[in-house]
Formats: sequence, structure tokens, C-alpha cells
Amino acid sequence: MDFPDGLLYTKEHEWVKVENGKAKIGITDYAQHELGDIVFVELPEVGSGVVAMEPFGVVESVKTVSDLYSPVSGEIVGVNSELEAAPEVVNTSPYDKGWMVEVAMSDKNELKELLSADEYTKYVEEESQ
Amino acid sequence: MNIVNEQNLKKLKRTPLYEAHKKLGARIVDFAGWEMPVLYSGIIEEHRAVRNSVGIFDVSHMGEIEIVGREAVKLLQFLTVNDVTRLNDNECQYSMMCYPDGGIVDDILVYKLTGEKFMLCVNASNADKDYQWILKSLHAGKPEGMFRNAEVKNVSDILSQISIQGKNSEPLLQNITSDDLSVIKHNRFVLTNVGGVNALVSRTGYTGEDGFEIYLKNENAERVWNRLLEIGKEYDIKPVGLGARDTLRLEMKYPLYGNDISEKTTPLEAGLSWVTKFDKGNFIGRESLLKQKKGGLKRKLIGFEMTDKGIPRSHYSIFKGAEQVGEVTSGTMSPSLNKAIGVGYVKIEISDIGNEIEIDIRGSHQKARIVSTPFYKSSKIKQ
Repeated sequence: MDFPDGLLYTKEHEWVKVENGKAKIGITDYAQHELGDIVFVELPEVGSGVVAMEPFGVVESVKTVSDLYSPVSGEIVGVNSELEAAPEVVNTSPYDKGWMVEVAMSDKNELKELLSADEYTKYVEEESQ
Repeated sequence: MNIVNEQNLKKLKRTPLYEAHKKLGARIVDFAGWEMPVLYSGIIEEHRAVRNSVGIFDVSHMGEIEIVGREAVKLLQFLTVNDVTRLNDNECQYSMMCYPDGGIVDDILVYKLTGEKFMLCVNASNADKDYQWILKSLHAGKPEGMFRNAEVKNVSDILSQISIQGKNSEPLLQNITSDDLSVIKHNRFVLTNVGGVNALVSRTGYTGEDGFEIYLKNENAERVWNRLLEIGKEYDIKPVGLGARDTLRLEMKYPLYGNDISEKTTPLEAGLSWVTKFDKGNFIGRESLLKQKKGGLKRKLIGFEMTDKGIPRSHYSIFKGAEQVGEVTSGTMSPSLNKAIGVGYVKIEISDIGNEIEIDIRGSHQKARIVSTPFYKSSKIKQ
């Protein structure tokens, strides 16, 4: 299972990549693996607001419907519209082509609450036992 | 996101193939009190294997109830809605048991072994309930008393069931079966030898593909499973979990008890009037069903496909404009059609094929269209 260094993680299995003050968000390799074949991703529109630890979208596998929780608060400034036609990209490329939204953060202190790659790896190991 | 972890599975039942599933890397879930494989490699891949080559399923959780005796036919005529007298030896039929109010106890397969020996294949979730219901009906059946010459035995705990489905299932199974399978038609069966052990093999299934269901003793299940998987390599076999079993059956609009049919729905509402034989004489539920038929149905189980975005799921509301007109009972993204499909009950006035409806998906009304079913129309069932 791949949890790249440099990203931050939530216990709800989202990842955050901070670039130029913006937070790119997706779900982790563990999450996509647990969900199985992803067949639908519902994302908010650019310009809408998100609140840390509140749902901002939905990811559906063949069998399940799961909420996506935003690791940070702010405004949606980018949405990966490729996922509409090709949601399976979340399975094949969770950290790259499978990114979901980009957020202009309103409170960078929220990043301090998130887990490092090491901490997240440990958390997943404990949770999957 | 929330991931539901495997719950405490300790008190659940296991089939004789549980260890085999673990070795194959299956993901195990609680289904109807059983630890069952929901998937091995992935639902879509497994689904496609059944549509394109062959898949093997452990369905040992299904229940089996034997009914033996001089009054077996009479008892079954009274208990089930289909006509057992239309069966010859070595034939089986899809049927249902109903409550007096017409609600469905279970949907079942009735196997006729001989004139005095039958086997029912019932849903795992209903096996105990069905058995109790049959025992109760033994006493209720006749004004003069009970069916004394019919013995009812729940043999669920000693029998396993392996299903192989897909166009390669006959050549694959023929390798280790002593009888000629090519002469077994749909809904027929043979008592034969499979991989060196006695088995009942029927040409039946829950996928819309040609295929077989193999009933055998628990102690023989793993041996036959392993041989079929081994020989099956040549036939592009894949082990298939309950996840793909559900998408396969839904593409055919085969009902799932607990979702699409239940004690609150009747065979007529579910579009299963073809199974309900009013002319065969009295049976439990006949009066209520006849009344419903004469009075006209108020709702009907329909199939629909989404024309807007979103995937319908069980319990989502169905709307026509501002009015709620029904509820989704099953829904998924169809791997064969690559469309979001669903079934649900709607008011009879809007149940015509072609009608536009809306599905309430997380508060937003998404358009869908009622379509003819099965959704998957290239079924290869050998009649």
C-alpha cells in the first residue's frame, strides 16, 4: 500500500497536498482498495465553500456509497471533472489523476491536525487488524 | 470518508469453503448470518467473467428442505403458488410461498426427485423461517387435520452448493461429470457423479447465463470446488463473490428477497404472476391474490435506467414531479451496460415503459426512464 511522504492524511482516508497555498484533496490508496471498483464520484462546484471534517462529496463503488470529508475549510477553486467520465481513475491513480478537489484554504492551522505519512501508515495498520 | 470495517464475525456461520475463499484472497462479509466472500479480484472483473467465460460461486449458505411422502405433492400444492403437478421427475420450477394475505414468505426452487420426494432450495436468510412455516402449514392444510404422510426435513446444514455460470460452464463441468450434460435442459437436473462424488446437478442459476448448480455433501464441497477451479483455468474461470452475484441478477431483474420482494409485497405486484397458478386449486394466499388481481394492482415493480447522473440505491424515493410515487428496492451501476439501473415499486398509473420518473438522490431529483426488462438482453439461457 502506497502512502507518499509529503502528503497529509485524515483518519477518514483522504489525502491533502499543499501547493502554492492551495490544498489538493483525494482519497488514499487504502481507501480506494477498501472500496473496490469506483463507479461514481459526486463533487461540489467551483466557488462553493467547504468546512473541515464536513462532507463535501460522495464516492460510490458498485456496492457502497461513502461521504468524502474535507480535511480543511475554504473555497473550492478546482474540481477534477475527468472523474465524471472515468471514476475508475481513483482506483488506478489515487494520488495523481484521481485527485478530487482543490481548496483555497481559509485557515492553514487546520493542517496541523492532519497526519503525516508515517502516522497514517501506523493508523491504517492498527485499523485493519 | 467512512469505511465500514469487517464487524465482529465470530458468531457467524461458515461454509465448508471458507478456508478456500481465504486462500483465494476473498474479502469476507456478513451476509444473512454467514461469513461469505463478497469479492475476490473485483466485482466488475468477476461480473464480466460470468458474462464472457465462466464464474464459480459458493452458494452453500442457501437452504435446502426435503419434503418426502405420499402427501408431498398435496402439501406443496398447498404451500406454493406454482403448480407442482406440472413437474416431471428430474425437473425443477421457480415458485413462492405466500402468507394468507398474499405477502411472500420466500421465493424458492422446487426440485422433483420422484413423485414422493422433493427438495426446496430456499434463501439463506429465510431457511429457518421457511422450515418453521412449512411445519406450521402441515397442521393448517386440511379441514380434517394435518398432512400426516409428508415428512419435512431441513437439510441445509449437511448440503453445500456450488454454482458455475457462464457459457463455458457446460464444457468445464463435463470434464468431471459422468452424465451427459448437453441433454440437461434449463430447469432440469440429474443425480450424477461429479469429481468422484455424488451430486445433484441442475441447469439453473441467478445470472442470466447458461449454468449449473451443484448440490453435494459438505465434506465433498472443497474437493469439487478445487477441481473446478483447477480445470477451469483453461476456460478462463474466476471465483465470483456475492457482489457480482447481485449485479448479475439485477441486470436480469431477478428479484432479491428482502429487497425487491418481502412479506409486504405480493407475487402479482412483483411481476411474478406467471408463477402464480390460480387454476391449480387452493393454496395459501390464493384468495387474497385473486382479490388483488380482480381489484387491480395499485403498484408494480418496474425497472428503470438513469438518464441524469447518479446511481439509484435501495430505499431512495421515486418521484413524478412533486409527488412521491414509489421507492427504489435495488440499484447499481450495471457493469454490462455501463448504465445506472434500478428496480422499485411505483404507482400503477405511472408504471408504463417509457415513462419519465425522478429518483431522489441525496435530495436532488435526477431523471430516469422506465424501461423493459431484463436490462441485459443477451441472456444465453438454454431452454
